[in-house]
Amino acid sequence: MKMFLSGNEAVARGAWEAGVNVVSAYPGTPSTEILENLGKYKEIYAELATNEKVGLEVAAGASFAGARALTCMKHVGLNVAADPLFSMAYIGARGGFVVVSADDPGMHSSQNEQDNRYYAKMAKIPCLEPSDSQECLEMAKLAFDLSEKFDTPVLLRLTTRISHSKGVVETGERKEHKPTGYVKDVAKNITIPAHARKMHVKVEERLKKLAEYGESFSYNKIEPGDQKLGIITSGISYQYAKDIFPTASYLKLALTFPLPGKKISEFINSADEIYVIEENDTFLEEQIKALGYKVSGKCAYEKEITGKTKIPIVGELDPTVLAKAFGLQKESPYKPLELPARPPVLCPGCPHRGVFYALNKLKLTVTGDIGCYTLGMMDPLNAMDTVVCMGGSVTAAMGLEKALGPEMAQKTVAVIGDSTFFHSGITGLVDMVYNNSKGTAIILDNRITAMTGHQENPGTGKTLQGQDAPIIELEPLVRSCGVKHVQLIDPLDLKQTEAAIKEAINNPGVSVIIAKSPCILIEKKFKPALKVDEDKCIGCKICLKLGCPAISFDKVKKKSKIDPIFCIGCEVCASLCPKQAMGHK
Amino acid sequence: MKTVNILICGVGGQGVLLAGDIIAETAIASGFDAKKSEVHGMAQRGGSVVSHVRFGQKVNSPLIRQGEADVILSFEEMETARYLQFLKAGGCLIINRQQVIPMSVATGQAEYPVDVVERIKQQVKDILLCPGMELAEKSGSAKAVNTVLLGALARKLELAPGKWQEVISRRVPAKTVELNKKAFESGYSQQ
Repeated sequence: MKMFLSGNEAVARGAWEAGVNVVSAYPGTPSTEILENLGKYKEIYAELATNEKVGLEVAAGASFAGARALTCMKHVGLNVAADPLFSMAYIGARGGFVVVSADDPGMHSSQNEQDNRYYAKMAKIPCLEPSDSQECLEMAKLAFDLSEKFDTPVLLRLTTRISHSKGVVETGERKEHKPTGYVKDVAKNITIPAHARKMHVKVEERLKKLAEYGESFSYNKIEPGDQKLGIITSGISYQYAKDIFPTASYLKLALTFPLPGKKISEFINSADEIYVIEENDTFLEEQIKALGYKVSGKCAYEKEITGKTKIPIVGELDPTVLAKAFGLQKESPYKPLELPARPPVLCPGCPHRGVFYALNKLKLTVTGDIGCYTLGMMDPLNAMDTVVCMGGSVTAAMGLEKALGPEMAQKTVAVIGDSTFFHSGITGLVDMVYNNSKGTAIILDNRITAMTGHQENPGTGKTLQGQDAPIIELEPLVRSCGVKHVQLIDPLDLKQTEAAIKEAINNPGVSVIIAKSPCILIEKKFKPALKVDEDKCIGCKICLKLGCPAISFDKVKKKSKIDPIFCIGCEVCASLCPKQAMGHK
Repeated sequence: MKTVNILICGVGGQGVLLAGDIIAETAIASGFDAKKSEVHGMAQRGGSVVSHVRFGQKVNSPLIRQGEADVILSFEEMETARYLQFLKAGGCLIINRQQVIPMSVATGQAEYPVDVVERIKQQVKDILLCPGMELAEKSGSAKAVNTVLLGALARKLELAPGKWQEVISRRVPAKTVELNKKAFESGYSQQ
């Protein structure tokens, strides 16, 4: 059957067709839809993991049972899951074990643009890179076979434009895989030094076999063309290159680690000039240049190999960037206009707004975290000072206090979302209590993992499939970590929010505020839009400090106005207005 | 046939992504290869949103190269200007008559370029200004703006109107099929 699928949907479909049994993953753009789509197949056990490390470990456990297992994550998720990945690289895979990493060149929704192909090289496991949705499906299937054939985890590496582009895909049917069962094998499965030393020998042997396999691997494909220009490329870069250099010869690599050295050398020798076209880092280029192969007496290295001397390392590659890099982009006949930027903003009625308004008003230092609420750093809320990584808010606040003393703690607050707190905030909080810190953490409990498109989490009482699950309540959890001073507040109540923050920062020990109010996009309990009574409005602009997309200022009338299409009637602005000018009249 | 490139732009929440899906699926239903690309995540929170749709005999890159868009279908006046460099020489603009105020303008730090459509007109000849909201409301719901705009686009492309209607009927809520048909026709009759 032909379907129009995104890369993520196609990976899910491919894994399903391959008979995958167990899937565990934490959401993260641009990977999220892989898990969401796998959750729709009733033949698969699929779950939302608390974080990427947990997801990878659950999948590893399933592989021990001889089941086919998959975990997926965004690029930085693999930093969290790196520890078990490296051990599993030694242990191998009894049941096919696939790790999907969706990298984000251009940082559309991420904090960095790391190239996770290096993880494959460092962990010494194979890396597969599909170049469109059809290949996503085929390589997801193939990854399980490779994993079992070579007794290794397989890294299936996607990028934003693979994950979130759609293409026509020919689908197949599911081939059931019955878990082969658990067999005790301590020499294989326990990574004590004595075992691991032997495992490392096997890992090196495995790499050699994989490199040999890559020489005849059908997806490492030579597409003959004009011999003047040979292009070595992989993934989405292949598609861009085909548009800009349609007549060139191509070596399109799919198994990008380990590389097929002989095939590459032969290709290099068959063309007059070689371009290596890849996005971000020099992963292929440096390995190719390091080959230095001699084929029929001629050293490939002597040939000009052009890559990152022309193509930028920074930022997303696209056909325009590629054409510009080689001086092939014509200047646009249209002159650009000066425009105000349109960055994303917290939604109208977002419960985080009240907390950030209060933090800004109190002029506190705010260590932030990863989620929609990172937008609290935007003007006019301006209520964030640092963002490092998932869970990094609580610990950064603690470090500030340890460096500058308890006075700093009185001016500092950590903010962290509910899902992020479950992900990796708990350990930081335990550290804070254990090491006698003074500090305040606000858990922005909006009852959902919002940023990635509303996934359930351990606090919501629902599974990936929407079935009932035990609720991990935040308050007893926080108290059991040893936090004595815990306050529960409604962040839409500005007075209560401000009072709670003041109380917390003046408390001598560790304080936690749980600001509980559901994401406005899940409950959708919209009330009628408010209106500004122009007779009452004095144009003081206090309401504009909320940064609500529904509120703007009429410069002619010198009055605030509310857009009835955007306003959802949360009334936070009304509670702030000194003249009670906002109402339902 | 040369690959047809359509860039759709607007603001998160306006229905840009669904419109892109419908264009690509209509092209596929008409026997073409098609690709489509967009970005999810943070951009959806009221930010500037863009979707690339390409169809033809065989499509490579899912992204349109600057200077190669045959049509820019813009859901918001100012956003048109942000992506103007994508339009090919002699390409066509369809602009929805709507302004969505960004935060920097709402807080008074920046000005909305009120004459933006006039300034675009000085540079581009082939422009269709479409009163999307007005036509959508006449068809029965303000939410059908994207279907109105698809109607306006359909007139510029060589895909059979019946295929468009078939895909739209499949992709919109069952109760709104008739309303969306009307909205499509009202857009199609714009010139």
